[in-house]
Amino acid sequence: MISDQAKKEIDIWVAKYPEGRQSSAVMQALTIVQKENGGSLTNELKQAVADYLEMPTISVQEVATFYENYNNKPVGKHVIRFCHNISCMLNGSDELISYLEEKLDVKTGEISKDGLVSVKRVECLGACVGGPMCQIGDQYYENLTKKGIDEILEGLT
Amino acid sequence: MNNVCLKSIDKDNPSSLATYETMGGYKVWHKILHGELSPEKILEELKISGLRGRGGAGFPTGLKWSFMPRNQEGQKYVVCNSDEGEPGTCHDRDILRFNPHSVIEGMAIAGYVMNATVGYNYIRGEFMEPYYRFEEALKEAYDAGLLGTNIKGSKVCFDLYSHLGAGAYICGEETALLESLEGKKGLPRFKPPYPANVGLYGKPTTINNTESFASVPEILSRGGQWFADLGVVNSGGTKCFSVTGNVKNPANFEIPMGTPFSDLLELAGGLREGRTLKGVIPGGSSTPVIPAAEAMKMTMDYDSIEKAGSMLGAGSVIVMDDTTCMVKALTRLAHFYYDESCGQCTPCREGTGWMYRVLKRIMDGQGKSEDLKLLLSVQDKIIGNTICALGDAAAMPVESFITHFREEFEYYIKHGKSMVENDG
Ligand SMILES: Cc1cc2nc3c(=O)[nH]c(=O)nc-3n(C[C@H](O)[C@H](O)[C@H](O)COP(=O)(O)O)c2cc1C
Ligand code: SF4
Ligand code: FES
Repeated sequence: MISDQAKKEIDIWVAKYPEGRQSSAVMQALTIVQKENGGSLTNELKQAVADYLEMPTISVQEVATFYENYNNKPVGKHVIRFCHNISCMLNGSDELISYLEEKLDVKTGEISKDGLVSVKRVECLGACVGGPMCQIGDQYYENLTKKGIDEILEGLT
Repeated sequence: MNNVCLKSIDKDNPSSLATYETMGGYKVWHKILHGELSPEKILEELKISGLRGRGGAGFPTGLKWSFMPRNQEGQKYVVCNSDEGEPGTCHDRDILRFNPHSVIEGMAIAGYVMNATVGYNYIRGEFMEPYYRFEEALKEAYDAGLLGTNIKGSKVCFDLYSHLGAGAYICGEETALLESLEGKKGLPRFKPPYPANVGLYGKPTTINNTESFASVPEILSRGGQWFADLGVVNSGGTKCFSVTGNVKNPANFEIPMGTPFSDLLELAGGLREGRTLKGVIPGGSSTPVIPAAEAMKMTMDYDSIEKAGSMLGAGSVIVMDDTTCMVKALTRLAHFYYDESCGQCTPCREGTGWMYRVLKRIMDGQGKSEDLKLLLSVQDKIIGNTICALGDAAAMPVESFITHFREEFEYYIKHGKSMVENDG
């Protein structure tokens, strides 16, 4: 269920915490397996993480539903997380989110028909001086304009 | 400007060990390793410096460190709060990206003072670029023999690791952060006991903000008095401010405490052509909004901002000009707190939902004349009645927005649309 590569990565995290405190690595373990699974978690994966870290399944389930960055349902190949909080809003994030929705013919929270992209409205991502901004994968895109969005979308394949 | 935490920002390779060392970095740490600087002396200098916690609450850092039972047997921990999630705040991100070694050195010094041999830096899960920079810096520090066991034969030990979050504003609250670091949901703990007695894994723990730790090496290298004199009474030193919203050049500025707000606004390029100032949220979304006239009179320090009716908070200055619909702004904030409430306390869980729904109703043109009274009574029931400060943070903006911009709310309720043209 969990690949050897993913196990290796999880082990690096486990080693950071004291003996017997491997459940501290659960957040990263979920992040790692989610990435490997194309961006979302399944019950089987959560079970596998629970087994691997010797944690009760329910505890892993709780973590997977508490934190925003876990997707318990399938998502597009790329997830565009657009900040709509106050600093970004004051600089036009709503307008850009509408533009994005129109251009992709997708509502926030949904996946585009070709399965390539999903769009999410998210709260402050801590890059407010660069608003409007969004996150795709590990990358932040700041000072966005319609033209900037066009360029980003062209790059998503 | 940019004299302490952001001082490497214009250098080539700002985050590297070499750059940090050319600016005098790790000088204090070497002194400690040579046995030339005692914990007592460090606490004394921190006290003189007037450094107050930069995470929002402004608690004196030296005093906090002195609460740790340093002579108690057993493991103790130092934790850095790099969860930066307060809307409007983004300077810890720049400290991690451009000056990560100052955080490492600050945490190592803290570990030495409090006899804590292990540290964790809790970085919000979205901050991957800052995380990689911090990890690179950690590796450099280990390779240079600056961290680990019996460092350079000094008997001093300090191991430091980063931890990544996964998206939850509440984990910025220090006890929720500890829960999260233990691999659980980020639910704030009841206090007391305080983390200094029962913290991470039940052990004595001190948690400070990124900027707080990053300030420490420079303070100890140049002296507490030097730092204190940069600022004003009760607000020692410099502070990083994120200036965002309706200004020409939103950016982070590290400036002396006590700088007039009008100067800071100028640094950020001022307002856009033809616009006038309407209001300013001075310390991040959790702090009350200040109307333009008061804001133009205040200086950027704890006392002056408090006198103007708000708080310095995390130093996150959100500037709103006359194009801003205050009803919409408050609704966006109310949505945020509703979304981020962990749900443990009834007044916060129910109250944030209620406030958001009433504001949404107003924005949908369905507002009722008694809605403002209702909003004020809901926020009043939250304040002081919750486990953590998120409840208060959600409530306070509501009161200040309605008090200072009442006619905009009344107009929206009466006409079903915004008083501000092109909005709503
Ligand atoms: C809801 C909530 C969110 C918070 N978020 C942060 C944060 O992102 N970063 C931070 O340093 N402190 C945050 N704090 C404050 C911390 O609880 C704590 O006071 C701080 O990390 C202590 O460090 P300091 O004394 O150096 O400021 C938050 C508090 C609350 C109630
Ligand atoms: S005040 Fe709100 S966020 Fe804080 S513990 Fe209570 S319910 Fe959770
Ligand atoms: S408000 Fe958008 S990144 Fe902070």
